[in-house]
Amino acid sequence: METLPPAESAVVQRIASDLKGRPGPLLEVLHAIQAALGYVPPGAVPVVAEVLNLSRAEVHGVVTFYHYFRHSRPGAHTVSVCQAEACQSMGAEALTAHARRRLGIDFHQTSADGRFSLEPIYCLGNCACSPAVMIDGRLYGRVTPERFDALVADRVPSP
Amino acid sequence: MTALVYVPVDAGALSLGAGEVALAIAAEAARRRAAVKVLRNGSRGAYWLEPLVEVLTPLGRLAYGPVTAADVAGLFEADFLNGGSHALSLGPTGEIPWLKGQQRLTFERVGVIEPTSVADYVTHGGYQGLTRALSMEPAAIVQAITTSGLRGRGGAAFPTGIKWKTVLDQPAGQQKYVTCNADEGDSGTFSDRMLMEGDPLTLIEGMTIAGIAVGATQGYIYLRAEYPHALRALRTAIAAAHQARYLGSDVAGSGKRFDLEVRVGAGAYICGEETSMLESLEGRRGEVRVRPPLPAIKGLFGQPTIVNNVVTLASVPWILQHGADAYANFGMGKSRGTLPIQLAGNIRRAGLVERAFGLTLRELLYDYGGGSATGRPIRAVQVGGPLGAYIPPSQFDTAVDYEALAGNIKHGGLVEKAFGITLRQLINDFGGGTATGKPLRAVQVGGPL
Ligand SMILES: Cc1cc2nc3c(=O)[nH]c(=O)nc-3n(C[C@H](O)[C@H](O)[C@H](O)COP(=O)(O)O)c2cc1C
Ligand code: SF4
Ligand code: FES
Repeated sequence: METLPPAESAVVQRIASDLKGRPGPLLEVLHAIQAALGYVPPGAVPVVAEVLNLSRAEVHGVVTFYHYFRHSRPGAHTVSVCQAEACQSMGAEALTAHARRRLGIDFHQTSADGRFSLEPIYCLGNCACSPAVMIDGRLYGRVTPERFDALVADRVPSP
Repeated sequence: MTALVYVPVDAGALSLGAGEVALAIAAEAARRRAAVKVLRNGSRGAYWLEPLVEVLTPLGRLAYGPVTAADVAGLFEADFLNGGSHALSLGPTGEIPWLKGQQRLTFERVGVIEPTSVADYVTHGGYQGLTRALSMEPAAIVQAITTSGLRGRGGAAFPTGIKWKTVLDQPAGQQKYVTCNADEGDSGTFSDRMLMEGDPLTLIEGMTIAGIAVGATQGYIYLRAEYPHALRALRTAIAAAHQARYLGSDVAGSGKRFDLEVRVGAGAYICGEETSMLESLEGRRGEVRVRPPLPAIKGLFGQPTIVNNVVTLASVPWILQHGADAYANFGMGKSRGTLPIQLAGNIRRAGLVERAFGLTLRELLYDYGGGSATGRPIRAVQVGGPLGAYIPPSQFDTAVDYEALAGNIKHGGLVEKAFGITLRQLINDFGGGTATGKPLRAVQVGGPL
């Protein structure tokens, strides 16, 4: 298992120590790590295990069970396109194909310039405004390919 | 005099540009030196009219929609601050036919009030249910829930009062918990999200009443990670309720304690199942527990625990405030009260319809929904999320209640999906991808597909 750079290790250590006293703290700790670092580095597992007094296998098992936790550093912007039924009935498939082309990446990939990551997501609760997209926690509805391009262009610095 | 303008903060409305509209109204007001206060409400649930802007006038709240930022200058030009007529005028909000015919009990304040304002909440009847509950014996509160006929809105339709009684009957003096299942994982469902964003204090009050009823001092809301807007609304509302002493060590001056915390899930559909939700709340992999024991006997951290859906718990304050019989007077057969039904997908007027049980699918799909968005005949309706049933047109006159649809209304979501496609395509569509990997039930439909 790769070891963490000291700065990240310190962050993980501090988060785990701060939340240690809470009931059933592991998920809370992982959320806080992802909020601070953008992902849950594999090297965080032994640090968390030690502070929370759990086995590494247990921590690893939880990190891998939940799709929300990322194992590698994401791009500057995370674009999630809803793949669930209501959005499918309103053209999510075509929108997804468009997103792949526009960003030049597939699901779970990050663009070479590090700007965008593309992720599938299964229902954003915006099924009355399908198809839905979330970018960095902001929600967009009735997203056409044109609107998608505009949302992406807003996040590319002008030359 | 300062004009009051409402622009929703609901995530769905924001997804259609409500944030930009609010900014544009503030900017245009400043430019014209008009005294305007922009208030942020939840959504009324008529998503085809979002962003729906309202202005408070002597005639009540007047609606305009759907408004884009580009329409704002024109609205000022038309003197919308005084109810001036404009191409987007919809008249008094309450008179919009789609809203007028609804029976909003659980959602009575959603879209009306400022979501995290305790003062606004109390002005609109909030905390009257809790006040009533605090004057009753715990067993009487549980009895009221039983008498109301309330059944779980999260899927299994189990009588809520019976569940609460089991927790109440566990010996006192031990830690008990109230947990709220806000995982809302099924596509086509968004009532939990709308309520948590638009009137979170109703959920908080419902959980507090549950705690008082069964002797639980700690509550947890298990919220899916896909709902960051609901998370903010809940956390702000919980802090406000604490501040106003409706939560904490002395709930509304009763000397009773109830604390509440939101825990966020992490993208596992299975965690909507109640025992895996409890595992997840404990910080473990969300694997389903074997039953028995029931969560009501050995639930969170091995202690007696209520697990209820958001809408179930949010229906509790109304029942306590207005009485169990008043609630039971709505509905039919063994399905009492109202159900917030969500119309989604390929439908012209998508949104949230709260009505007493007993209306037909046809009313929902055509009178409210306006038929398919594409204008083609509706060939099948998926009722109750990915594990629910497909209903063909021959059954569209079926009344919506738990028995008629054999438990398949689950969470009340309706996805008009299968317009004009064949059953084979339908199976292929879903066959690869149900979240639980269970075999598809689309074949149940039969009939004219
Ligand atoms: C696979 C699966 C997913 C479920 N997802 C949810 C959900 O997202 N929200 C919910 O309230 N109940 C869900 N349930 C039902 C819960 O197990 C449980 O019955 C419910 O939370 C109890 O609350 P209620 O009695 O108020 O409905 C799900 C059940 C299963 C089997
Ligand atoms: S299919 Fe497996 S991974 Fe997906 S939700 Fe169900 S249990 Fe979890
Ligand atoms: S199915 Fe896409 S938001 Fe619900």
